[in-house]
Amino acid sequence: MGRLSQLRDDLKNKKIRLTEVYDDLIVKIKTRNPQVNAYLEVFEEEMRARTKILETEASEAAPLAGLPIGIKDMISMKNHVVSASSKILEGYRAPRSATVTEKLKKAGAIFTGRLNCDEFAMGSSNENTSFGAVKNPVDLARTAGGSSGGSAAAVAAELCVGSLGTDTGGSIRLPAAFCGIVGMKPTYGRVSRSGVIAFASSLDQVGPFADDALDCAEILQVIAGRDARDSTTMPVPVENYVAAAKNGSLKGLKIGLPKEYFISEGVSPEIVKQTQAAIEVFKKEGATIKEVSIPHTEYGIAVYYLVATAEAASNLSRYDGIRYGKRAKDFASMKDLIIKTRSEGFGAEVKRRIMLGTFSLSSGYYDAYYSKAQYVRSKIQNEFLNALKEVDVLFAPVTTSTAFKIGEKVNDPLAMYLSDIFTVSINLAGVPAIAFPIGHDSKGLPIGGQFIGGPFQEAKLLAATAGFEKAHPITKAKLACQ
Amino acid sequence: MSVINNEDVEKVLKKFEPVMGLEVHAQLKTTTKLMSAASNQFGSSPNTAVSTICTGMPGALPVLNKKAVQMALQAGLALDCEIQKRSVFSRKHYFYPDLPKGYQISQYDRPYALKGAVQFYLNGEKRKIALTRIHLEEDAGKNLHFDDRGVSLVDLNRSSVPLIEIVSEPEIRSTAEAAAYLKALRLALRYLDICEGNLEEGNFRCDANISLRPRGEQKFGTRVELKNINSFRNLERAITYEILRQADLLDSGGKITQETRLWDADQNKSISMRSKEEAADYRYMPEPDLLPLEIVERDIEDIRKKLPEMPIARMDRFIRDYGRNIYDADVLTASSSLADYYETVSKAIQDPQLASTFIQTNVLAHIANVETDIETFFPDAKALSDLLLKMKDKTLSLNLAKEVFEIMMAEKKPAAQIISEKGMAQVSDDSALLAVIEKVIAENPGQLAELKAGKDKLFGFFMGQCQKALGGKGNPATLKELLEKKLKG
Repeated sequence: MGRLSQLRDDLKNKKIRLTEVYDDLIVKIKTRNPQVNAYLEVFEEEMRARTKILETEASEAAPLAGLPIGIKDMISMKNHVVSASSKILEGYRAPRSATVTEKLKKAGAIFTGRLNCDEFAMGSSNENTSFGAVKNPVDLARTAGGSSGGSAAAVAAELCVGSLGTDTGGSIRLPAAFCGIVGMKPTYGRVSRSGVIAFASSLDQVGPFADDALDCAEILQVIAGRDARDSTTMPVPVENYVAAAKNGSLKGLKIGLPKEYFISEGVSPEIVKQTQAAIEVFKKEGATIKEVSIPHTEYGIAVYYLVATAEAASNLSRYDGIRYGKRAKDFASMKDLIIKTRSEGFGAEVKRRIMLGTFSLSSGYYDAYYSKAQYVRSKIQNEFLNALKEVDVLFAPVTTSTAFKIGEKVNDPLAMYLSDIFTVSINLAGVPAIAFPIGHDSKGLPIGGQFIGGPFQEAKLLAATAGFEKAHPITKAKLACQ
Repeated sequence: MSVINNEDVEKVLKKFEPVMGLEVHAQLKTTTKLMSAASNQFGSSPNTAVSTICTGMPGALPVLNKKAVQMALQAGLALDCEIQKRSVFSRKHYFYPDLPKGYQISQYDRPYALKGAVQFYLNGEKRKIALTRIHLEEDAGKNLHFDDRGVSLVDLNRSSVPLIEIVSEPEIRSTAEAAAYLKALRLALRYLDICEGNLEEGNFRCDANISLRPRGEQKFGTRVELKNINSFRNLERAITYEILRQADLLDSGGKITQETRLWDADQNKSISMRSKEEAADYRYMPEPDLLPLEIVERDIEDIRKKLPEMPIARMDRFIRDYGRNIYDADVLTASSSLADYYETVSKAIQDPQLASTFIQTNVLAHIANVETDIETFFPDAKALSDLLLKMKDKTLSLNLAKEVFEIMMAEKKPAAQIISEKGMAQVSDDSALLAVIEKVIAENPGQLAELKAGKDKLFGFFMGQCQKALGGKGNPATLKELLEKKLKG
């Protein structure tokens, strides 16, 4: 049982008191956070205040009553700082909550703090942050993955029982795989983006991190649904994810293996081996396996980095030093103020992407780059939808390697971009995917696999993952942080 | 070239033909903004009519205002456009402190309405200027510069106020035609009650594209875009200035540069803002936070059914059904409430001519704003009809009717009450009039003799004496008839 469900049961059965839980948790955060750097801010006072309220009010009906949930620093919580791990938002406090945090709060969750991430969610290793890299709780010399590194590390290091991240090109699934936990990117349009700082609007999606599929389902159940404040959310009914995860099974499931994801070149042999082992488990549990094809996969990275950078350049135009956040000190004119603020406020990777995006949207280049990228994107999307007509879910690896060392790829942006090769196409297609532990490499580092589903088939993905967890429990990697 | 000389203009216009197209930005009178629930209330204190969306806060997403779409559709249908079932919002990027998101949400390559036309009468002839398109977009905020304090401040109340941009084809050929087009378009939007149409307040703004070509030439010349035209007076001045500027250049062998120029009303001249080479690259891209705007046939039909009669149609009907000339029809349709007023009175008294004359000479003389004042004006259509019916049944002469009208305005009472209270009914009764006539004749034997001797103009003297005796209430026609009979008989 995941810690989220366990803690809820214990609270319900009065095995433990809420204040004790938080006394312990705060001590743990104080000891471990300096080692992993997952939290940018810990809401110690707020946690204690909320536990007191919840303990007396006993709102047990609320699905997440009293459960400690961490929030990625891309998601607004009213009156709290939200900075996207960027200097440009220095001192900015959100005037209102994101829909997802509002919903979590209503469900009784207690927010533990703001979680570190790559600046504006741009990165695969959580090293592009103004506040220091997040360290992998399993091996502190290695990255926790990005961009939601803090969200993954906080769950893995037991500094909360669940967390929210955002996934634009793999930013939930990659850190989940690196840290050995479960992370889900829902269908585009399933979860509201209102109040979530935008990186690439047509790709961004908020999703949960937790110990297992059921714990993820508990969080997704609360945050999913149509939101009048986000026009891209869809009025599709929210399924019973919790029931799906509880009754999870692989029996009779048709699982497609997109052949383009089972390449050996550039992929660690240990990952290849573990993915094959997982497939054997699927078969043994009564699933049928079928090879499928997503022919345009090879263009995924190129298309992703055109679409995502163009939207990012546009979305980040608002950070001009006029209304909020950082403002450069000495400026000679209005134009100078904007240029200086942005030059001082944004980090190198963010600047690189703004420049790429600005270029591809420029007059004379739009058709050759952005427009063509959107065309190929629709091809990729159709290929996923077609493949998912033949099978229930697709299975693929999440990463090409296990967690790499901090600093290993920082000077090679292209190598870093390639870390996302198995994840970006899923965002381009807008379909949901869930990353979950399937084993470890010889160093004991976690390896993840992912199920990919048709639009709004989150329940199916959670059921399949829960089925695998039951059939083949993965021992949790030993934590390096004390 | 600072003073505009009419002779110069005439000379230039003999040689060159101006070719113009207008781009009009009209703010829609919605309760809330185009992309947020913040109030769309003009004149609120700075930065109070705002939300997280129109201030561009991180994470705030635009939500399209349905009412604005409906108003935009009204405009599109009323101007005979082809409504597009699917249109797309784009982002237009540029950095400016009054543009909080760093981009403006606007329709770009897929506007909601194409084609259509604006119709009006000019010099007795009907003109029809074709439209290229109408699109929906959000307004920007305002930068306010305080030179005395050395600061610039930003007011975002206007940010995300809904606008429609109405783009005409380059079919306008004169300054007068440009003004007539703009007035007709404004009137159409006012009839729909979707825009205040006030150039000075900036809720109705006009940019003009102007080029010249030698008379007889088919090819268009290089065009110049003229911005910041904020009154009808400025429109005519700015266009005339630009025509003369371009003609001067062409005459001296120069070339027109494609550029944007800013009209400076204080200095009565335009200044170059930027050339084509310096034109901003707006890096348009489809707005990913909004779905394409889908408009279904049923919505179009619902709105079409509820459209009011538009000014040009109403003018034509006044000409056809009420026998008005173009001038009358134009005056009487200056607002839909005035046209309603006229039509009610005209029907009630079954006399379109009397209604037209009386309203133009009496009612309109007291009304500054034909749109709002007429709605609260007294005598209202019913009361005025009752007054004019008293003329039709000869209770009142025209002069008496005017007097009663003045009292009605002052005392807000119906005509019948005033007539009875003040005894203002005219005397039409033959015997009563004859009695007075006989008395006047008897009292003025000298004048009678002179008249009989051929001094015809003394007839007026007798009329005057009779009316004086009747307190001005004698029915002039009957009195005249009876007096003539008496004096000549």
